[in-house]
Amino acid sequence: MSGTALWAAVLTASIGCYVLKLAGLSVPASWVEQPWVARIVDFVPAALLAALVAVQALTSGDQLVLDGRLAGLAVAAVALALRAPFIVVLLLAGAAGALVHVLTG
Amino acid sequence: MTSGARSATLRDAIGLGLAVGLYGAAFGAAADAAGLDLWQTVTMSALMFTGASQFALVGVLGAGGSALAAVGGALLLGTRNTVYGVRLVPLLQPRGVLRRLGTAHWVIDETTALSIAAPDRRLARLAFLAGGASIFLTWNLMTVVGALGAAALTGPALAALDAVVPAAFLALLWPRLRTGFPEAAVQRRVAAGGAVVALALTPVVPAGVQVIAAVVAVALAGRPRPREEVAT
Repeated sequence: MSGTALWAAVLTASIGCYVLKLAGLSVPASWVEQPWVARIVDFVPAALLAALVAVQALTSGDQLVLDGRLAGLAVAAVALALRAPFIVVLLLAGAAGALVHVLTG
Repeated sequence: MTSGARSATLRDAIGLGLAVGLYGAAFGAAADAAGLDLWQTVTMSALMFTGASQFALVGVLGAGGSALAAVGGALLLGTRNTVYGVRLVPLLQPRGVLRRLGTAHWVIDETTALSIAAPDRRLARLAFLAGGASIFLTWNLMTVVGALGAAALTGPALAALDAVVPAAFLALLWPRLRTGFPEAAVQRRVAAGGAVVALALTPVVPAGVQVIAAVVAVALAGRPRPREEVAT
């Protein structure tokens, strides 16, 4: 993607996110406190983040790929289940990814 | 307000700022891995200043997605802040256009949590300002550290970064799946559905679109139906 397209994405999303913040402070509460808005806010993050986790860990372009990223993800899941701090989770995932890279050459 | 409550509020705000800084470094690294340059990355942390949306944007771009899909993902996650703003108005009561415009920029997960947890309105304002300032500072500073650090990586260290990025997204998702989070069982089903749909669509749709499509598919599957009791 060109630098211009990246800049357009960065600036459009930045302005859009700011307008969403400002809207909360500016519109009547009854506009926002709708059941369907509450459902979006409650559940869209889980769907979006999980989709991003899967795509980041298992795909490359339009291919499904198994490599060190999946090992890192598995190690991260174990660390998170054991309530490890964020930095420890990232370090362990990185170490697992690097190890698989070295072993598989 | 007692000085004890005041210093406890400041301590919480600064502590949270330091903790959030680590996510800032992870964001900087993820943005570099997704192909953004340093200035684009820094601009996002300064202007967008809402972590989940920033991660979504670089996540979709990193998966090879279009700018439109990336912006869509960021805005979907940004709707959270609209609801936070509604909750914050009675606490912060920002008067005048300038104060409202300034307050809006710092309406995020962490400042909302700090303000709502404060015992009274004056402390809520202090918590919002101190938390916002401390998080804005560390988030932007650590974004630069993460981006520059990631840009210097090669070989196995680059493979390590590739593995760190999905792990960082998983860490963002994890608290929502934990028992104790509201409707954790539904959150888990939603997350599993999102991941499965995204993977299934990957070979057949343009990169990045599968992420947005997964969210839409899960939203449609979970829409309220007539004549059905809403499970709680």
